[in-house]
Amino acid sequence: MDTRQHNRLLQPLVLVILIVAGVAFLAPFAWMLSTSLKPLNETMSLPVRWIPSVPQWHNYPEAIHGMGYFWRYAANTLFLCVMNVVGTVASSALAAYGFSRIEWKGRDKLFLVLLATMMIPFPVIMVPVYSLFRHLGWIGTFRPLWVPSFFAGAFNVFLLRQFFLGLPKDISEAARIDGCSEFQIFLRIILPLCKPALLVVALFQFMFTWNDFLGPLIYLARQKNFTLALGLENFQSQNGGTEWHYLMAASTMVVLPVIVLFFFTQRTFIQGIAATGSKN
Amino acid sequence: MTRKERRDRRTGLLFISPWLIGFLVLCVYPVLSSLWCSMCDYSVLTPAVFTGAANYRDLATDPLFWQSLYNTAFFAFFSIPLNLLVSLSLAILLNFKIPARGLFRTVFFLPSLVPMVCLAVLWQWMLNGELGLINNALKPFLGVANHLFGSHLQPPNWLLDARFAKWGIIFTGLWGVGNAVVIYLAGLQEVPAYLYESADIDGAGFWRKTWHITFPIISPVIYFNVIMSLIGTLQVFAIPYVMTNGGDGPDRSLLFMATYLYQNAFDYWNMGYACAIGVVLFLIIISLTWLATKLSEKHIYYAGK
Repeated sequence: MDTRQHNRLLQPLVLVILIVAGVAFLAPFAWMLSTSLKPLNETMSLPVRWIPSVPQWHNYPEAIHGMGYFWRYAANTLFLCVMNVVGTVASSALAAYGFSRIEWKGRDKLFLVLLATMMIPFPVIMVPVYSLFRHLGWIGTFRPLWVPSFFAGAFNVFLLRQFFLGLPKDISEAARIDGCSEFQIFLRIILPLCKPALLVVALFQFMFTWNDFLGPLIYLARQKNFTLALGLENFQSQNGGTEWHYLMAASTMVVLPVIVLFFFTQRTFIQGIAATGSKN
Repeated sequence: MTRKERRDRRTGLLFISPWLIGFLVLCVYPVLSSLWCSMCDYSVLTPAVFTGAANYRDLATDPLFWQSLYNTAFFAFFSIPLNLLVSLSLAILLNFKIPARGLFRTVFFLPSLVPMVCLAVLWQWMLNGELGLINNALKPFLGVANHLFGSHLQPPNWLLDARFAKWGIIFTGLWGVGNAVVIYLAGLQEVPAYLYESADIDGAGFWRKTWHITFPIISPVIYFNVIMSLIGTLQVFAIPYVMTNGGDGPDRSLLFMATYLYQNAFDYWNMGYACAIGVVLFLIIISLTWLATKLSEKHIYYAGK
């Protein structure tokens, strides 16, 4: 069904506005790339020049060197992403199943509680959670940054539950009659049908972990344990205000994997985000 | 309860147990503990000592706390409506019959993928007073204005000028509206086409159709998005923190509530005081969410209800 608006008079005007806005939205990316390839003196030349006289590709290896343990940061970030994705997908799928495919007393009331927890901002619970992990001796390790993901995030449970509710009840009933246990139904029947939804949750979690800053900032102590986000911040606070070509090269390297991932999964991604805002 | 009901409940609870344990350990306990800590003198290193309302009394007379409250309110007050305006407008424009629609959507969406720290570093450079792209783009416009009106306007030194620093953060946030654009666009596509068609027959123009058809139908989506951005905006931390190299800006113009909370907790190890700030922040979020819900109740249209 085509729900788009038509309007012969407005159409060209709309296109012009969108092109101007589009250029404005792309300009910071172009600026980042352009700066990352300039020699230092050209980052400071006015009027602004977009194309470096000679592209300084060596800015990239030099930024990697300047950040200290770039490859360690990358490995740490990747490790945390994998752990978080596995933990979140597994635990959220289980919880969403319990909230949707089995009927039990009190289920929907408890689900409202789950929704309410989305309102609790992290800074509010930051101190007690920190001291809890401190008592466990986990400060300075990666554990505070991945163990919690095995306890299902409210938002992901909410998303998956929507998908689970959309599947007909009959398939579960049929499997039950065939003698499948609830866990077998979950694992063999429901999960394979929900691959796109699971992929959405995995992608969101990956992005969240890749981007997270406050968590690594409070829990990680030694530089060798930093994530890319924290490593970039550390690099910036040491070079702030001067070596913009290195900072932009470093930023580009932190953004690029995310952009590449997006282009490979664009469809799932856009649909997933669209789903977060609808039908509640 | 029959045996089957009891069995089903046991299975259900078993399935949700990961969430339930997390909820109790990483949510209920911290919230209660935060409440308790906010009434204590607590530095993590030594056991907490109960001091009653002392932290809250200190907060009430702490100029830095009021500064952080003001900054946070200022930021939310301008940033939320501005984001709503821009994202909704872009979504409505994208909903026209235009070529390369998918491409435009991708272009608007891409910036919202940029990690917070990169966003902050990039925009610190964008907003650089002398060399930044923003000011170099502004200069010609200000030049024309100065020429026409005989004024002497200069582009501001955004992050280094207390009057403009918060606007710098607001504009930075505006670059990331793509997420909301995608959500609104999806909402717009659920508006039934026959409504527009019958409005066309009645001779309604673009604005009337937008006001009387589009807005009411996507009002639940708008509500959801505004609540989410309210919760997100009130806990702004990473971007100003990185942009100020871990500080709070000129004349503390970028000292937000979460920033002050962080400083108290991890710079001064004043955990009890930090918890009190957290509790106040939480109360503000709850009451504003409640207020927004009350205000919007009459204006939200739920199909079939």
